[in-house]
Amino acid sequence: MIRVQNLIKRYGDFTAVADISFEVATGEMFAFLGPNGAGKTTTIKMLTTLLKPTSGHVELDGLDPTTHANEARKRFGIVFQDPSLDDELTAYENMDFHGVLYKVPKRIRSERIEQLLKLFELWDRRKDPVKQFSRGMKRRLEIARGLLHTPKILFLDEPTLGLDPQTRNQLWTHVKKLNAEERVTVFLTTHYMEEAERVAQRIAIIDHGKIVAQGTPQELKQQTNSETLEQAFLALTGTTIREESAGSADQMRNMARMFRPRQK
Amino acid sequence: MSAIYILWLRQIKRYVRSRPRIVASLGQPLLFLLALGFGFGPIFQRAGQGNYIQFLAPGVIAMTVLFTAIFSGIELIWDRQFGFLKETLVAPVPRLLIMIGRTLGGATVAMMQGLIVVVICLLVGFRVTSYAKLPLAFFFMALVAVMFTALGTAIASVLSDFQGFQFVMNFLVMPIFFLSGALFPLTNVPKTLAVVASLDPLAYGVDGLRIALLGVGHFGVAMDAVVLCLITTALLGAGGYLFSRIQV
Repeated sequence: MIRVQNLIKRYGDFTAVADISFEVATGEMFAFLGPNGAGKTTTIKMLTTLLKPTSGHVELDGLDPTTHANEARKRFGIVFQDPSLDDELTAYENMDFHGVLYKVPKRIRSERIEQLLKLFELWDRRKDPVKQFSRGMKRRLEIARGLLHTPKILFLDEPTLGLDPQTRNQLWTHVKKLNAEERVTVFLTTHYMEEAERVAQRIAIIDHGKIVAQGTPQELKQQTNSETLEQAFLALTGTTIREESAGSADQMRNMARMFRPRQK
Repeated sequence: MSAIYILWLRQIKRYVRSRPRIVASLGQPLLFLLALGFGFGPIFQRAGQGNYIQFLAPGVIAMTVLFTAIFSGIELIWDRQFGFLKETLVAPVPRLLIMIGRTLGGATVAMMQGLIVVVICLLVGFRVTSYAKLPLAFFFMALVAVMFTALGTAIASVLSDFQGFQFVMNFLVMPIFFLSGALFPLTNVPKTLAVVASLDPLAYGVDGLRIALLGVGHFGVAMDAVVLCLITTALLGAGGYLFSRIQV
């Protein structure tokens, strides 16, 4: 369903994604893990037509997102890592806007909006503008919105960041159900290793723009002689905290950020 | 079509909900109308040019539409900063349609703001020569609105934050306004200024409005309409192209 070959993204001298290749099968739940700044979000942006790769090849359901952007966009839904709501609109209007853009028929749209807003406990606040929402509520709304249309591929970029266990549980129950019943392929990133272990059938670990390991959670643990995925992750990517290390790569990354404030 | 509609509707909702902003943005036209209108009025009269408020009102209406339209277009930078832009960019809708929806929404907002200023002008003492020609005036306002919203969108598509905004204001929007003949008649100005004004798209908008509202003009109504239509089409094309190339 997703095929990535020799994908590279450079900003000047800084290489954000350095020649990665992987495949995700139809109906699979695939976790893409890595420390901060490893290239996860950049990869997702290239997969979802937001960013053009420097080189390499991407296929979503057999379509190249750089040449068939619009057809490719019909195939996927995405929950972004950072905010993407219109604060001036109400919760309901944000949902409705999404539904119209994705051509969800009116009757199904209002049914699903009600169902999803109730599921994520936002129905009572549906008429309030999003700017009055707490961070957690905004996050819940974004997730509900991402699930409004049923795509073939669902990208979840750190969907559970800042969510309480109750909401996390709701989210994964719902996503697993979609995956099982409608064969939705799920591509997710997260920093919660136990979460990845619980929901993902296969995992790739990316660090400094390169994929350092791929396999089932079991395989990764065996490969590193670790008891938990978290230990395996640390064994593969080291224990240095990325933001605090001042290596040349980080300096370069900071430079790249300075000149391109919105590109991570 | 539904995509254009929902993007248009979003702009309108945002406008209607920001009442303090509506009121605040009426301050500038009001100030121009009252301070310049009554301040320069006696001199204008003595120079044999008639009533300055009559002359100035179409210029101030055009100014309001210009500024609101540019801001509506440039609002795209907000969407980029607050992340909402991504939501529209990954949607399975051709980006040209998204750009058109946004632009029509922004232009409608500029138009509404312009209509409020028309009413204010009438309250201050401006008199239209023939009310039958009001639709023609609205036509020119609409062209100016679409043209500059498209320009604002084109500019915002290449700026990633507000750092370049001041530059755009001082070196593009302000000159467009001051050189358009909104404040002074273009007849008998020095040749260089006349040439510069004839390159200013807003000059044709102001002129068209004056012809519609007062029955007197500089370039002629057909010329105004043709030039505005051509530039509007070109800017819509350019805006659509730059918008479709946005990467976030």
